[in-house]
Amino acid sequence: MTPRVLVLAGGLSHEREVSLKSGRRVLDALRTAGLEAELRDADVSLLPLLAADPPDVAVIALHGAAGEDGSLRGVLDLCGLPYVGGDARAARLAWDKPSAKAVLREHGIPTPDWVALPHERFSELGAMAVLDRIVDRLGMPLVVKPAQGGSGLGTTVVRDPAALPAAMVSCFSYHQTALVERYVPGVDVAVSVLDFGEGPQALPAVEIEPRDGVYDYVARYTAGLTTWHAPARLAPPVATQVADIALAAHQALGLRDLSRVDLIVDPDGQAHVLEVTVAPGMTETSLLPLALQAAGLELGEVFRRLVLRAATRGDQSAGRQAGNAPG
Amino acid sequence: MTVTSSGTTLDDYADRYSQRVQGMTPSEIRALFAVANRPEVVSLAGGSPYVSALPLDAVGEMLGRLAAEHGATTLQYGIGQGTPELRERICEVMALSGIDGEVGASPEDVVVTVGGQQALDLVARLFLDPGDVVIAEGPTYVGALGAFQAAQAQVVHVPMDDQGLIPEALTETIARVAASGRRAKFLYTIPTYQNPAGVTLSEERREQVLDICEQADLLVVEDDPYGQLGFEGEAPAPLRARRRDGVFYLSTFSKTFAPGLRVGWVLAPPAAREKLVMVSEAQILCPSAFAQAAITTYLSTMPWQEQLKSYREIYRERRDALLEALGQLMPEGTTWTRPAGGLFVWATLPSGLDAKAMMPRALNARVAYVPGTGFYADGSGTNELRLNFSFSSPERLREGVRRLAGVVEQELSLRSVFGTLPLDGKRTHE
Repeated sequence: MTPRVLVLAGGLSHEREVSLKSGRRVLDALRTAGLEAELRDADVSLLPLLAADPPDVAVIALHGAAGEDGSLRGVLDLCGLPYVGGDARAARLAWDKPSAKAVLREHGIPTPDWVALPHERFSELGAMAVLDRIVDRLGMPLVVKPAQGGSGLGTTVVRDPAALPAAMVSCFSYHQTALVERYVPGVDVAVSVLDFGEGPQALPAVEIEPRDGVYDYVARYTAGLTTWHAPARLAPPVATQVADIALAAHQALGLRDLSRVDLIVDPDGQAHVLEVTVAPGMTETSLLPLALQAAGLELGEVFRRLVLRAATRGDQSAGRQAGNAPG
Repeated sequence: MTVTSSGTTLDDYADRYSQRVQGMTPSEIRALFAVANRPEVVSLAGGSPYVSALPLDAVGEMLGRLAAEHGATTLQYGIGQGTPELRERICEVMALSGIDGEVGASPEDVVVTVGGQQALDLVARLFLDPGDVVIAEGPTYVGALGAFQAAQAQVVHVPMDDQGLIPEALTETIARVAASGRRAKFLYTIPTYQNPAGVTLSEERREQVLDICEQADLLVVEDDPYGQLGFEGEAPAPLRARRRDGVFYLSTFSKTFAPGLRVGWVLAPPAAREKLVMVSEAQILCPSAFAQAAITTYLSTMPWQEQLKSYREIYRERRDALLEALGQLMPEGTTWTRPAGGLFVWATLPSGLDAKAMMPRALNARVAYVPGTGFYADGSGTNELRLNFSFSSPERLREGVRRLAGVVEQELSLRSVFGTLPLDGKRTHE
């Protein structure tokens, strides 16, 4: 029997608009692939709907905390509804950038050196003294970004220590913990990882060339402001290394079905993982759809296969609930 | 879309866009507003009238009859200038503010538009060449800035105080623009219950402003969407009620009846009116016959002045609730205007705060407002913001201010920690 799919999109995060675009695109793709699919917001109407007319599988196109921090996935586990993508525990780990980076480092996967601190530490210890220590340790330039969140929101590349306080304030407007990372110059690439049940596979890397040099929110979602190269213009050994590192990151974080690993390839050809996304964007300017196109795959067919795979997990969901409860 | 080794920008038309639109890009602030309309968020943003106060059953019945009994005309094309019936009703509405036959107002000189926004766009297309200057209050209506900027004009602001536009500053600005070799085509002003500032140009200053413009041979474009929404007595008469020549008068039914119908108008001198009609026909052919019939019937058969009274009472109560909450809850150093009508309060945060940068924190706290920079063409207004009081109940407004006050407190605290507040700007009253 063909599974009925519920696509979840919207939410209350800063990425609501992106999520709605992603959700509608996935919805169209699923319907084109012959599946019965419906789009819903994850609001107070969701649980009554799941109780009254339960779908067979959920596809989470929610960006931001609700879709990516594992909590909604935990609730879907409670409801016994299988979903495409990493489970609650893995999502929670990937969503929190400092936690994810620590796991990557434990697995020997390169990621730029970092410090993560909540805003309270700065007020308790004296912001300037703490910032001085950070600069001493990591050097300049730095990247300041919220410890949780996506789409480049609240992210600043800081080249001058005098600009660091303003970057911290901007970051803390999005989230209470800041991740300050050593800036690695190089080529931005994103590797999408898919697993249809035969082990994770890396799609061709997509290279990102923002017109104005910064891949911020506007550059991400405005056609014309960024040039994307798919596959990335990497020497074959580097491309292989990038794919291997992306797969290693996907596995180290315990992800499944799909993910997107963002990396930077430094001038020596060494790739460093910046972050891993469990609910990759699916908009018309998003990276995973570009990678699919480069690989000759159709979005609808890919999601049809992922949905069928998730549906097979439905019967097992009761057994997983305890381990995956929202934290 | 083909992906090639030379890459794709995902925009096959990038090298074809007109210069007018090349600078138009989405912003993250615009995207943040996707959340603002969710019921979980108290929205002090937006400018929506409280249309739930309308007699919706009666309006619905009226609209049904317009289709069922008069569909052959109401669902047909109309004429570019707008129906004669509506233009007569518009003149009756304007006469209540003193814009009547004695000052040359005639249905012949009214051009019906698709809301006030098309009226602004028409005026921009009629007068503005690239590089021309429009003089406007600072801050001013964001939609007017959009229309003027789309015409590639430059907007130069004149400051206001609690009596509205400052005449001396207007004189200086006109002289400065002239000295720079640019041509100022008109003064764009919202003299009554201004959006976004909520202030009203005083009686005395109205004459001064008109005199200054007349002496400088500067046209006046008077935008008056809110003039009938005063709740502290009568507003001073519009500029157009005082001068027959040199004033183009724009208004709309969006705030006094229903924005969903999209009906506004321009009252223009005869020669310019002919051109306005031609420009409008090229844009939209004709305004919606159905919407015009709806407004005409509403004004002819329903107690619309009573409805206006009802709107005024509701908005006064809401303004009072907002002002009271601001007074009780906002951190020291925040100031705000006290509007005698309209829909908006303009707030100024303590120096050093950035209302736009604070938006994510506000949305995390489930409250939304419009950051001030959008109301200036020159990037001013960093620590200013617009608060709307027409749409939310008094209880929701109080809750919104409670959340906003917390956000401002947190932002002040954080900026204090990181030393990004100016030394002389900490917690001082203006």
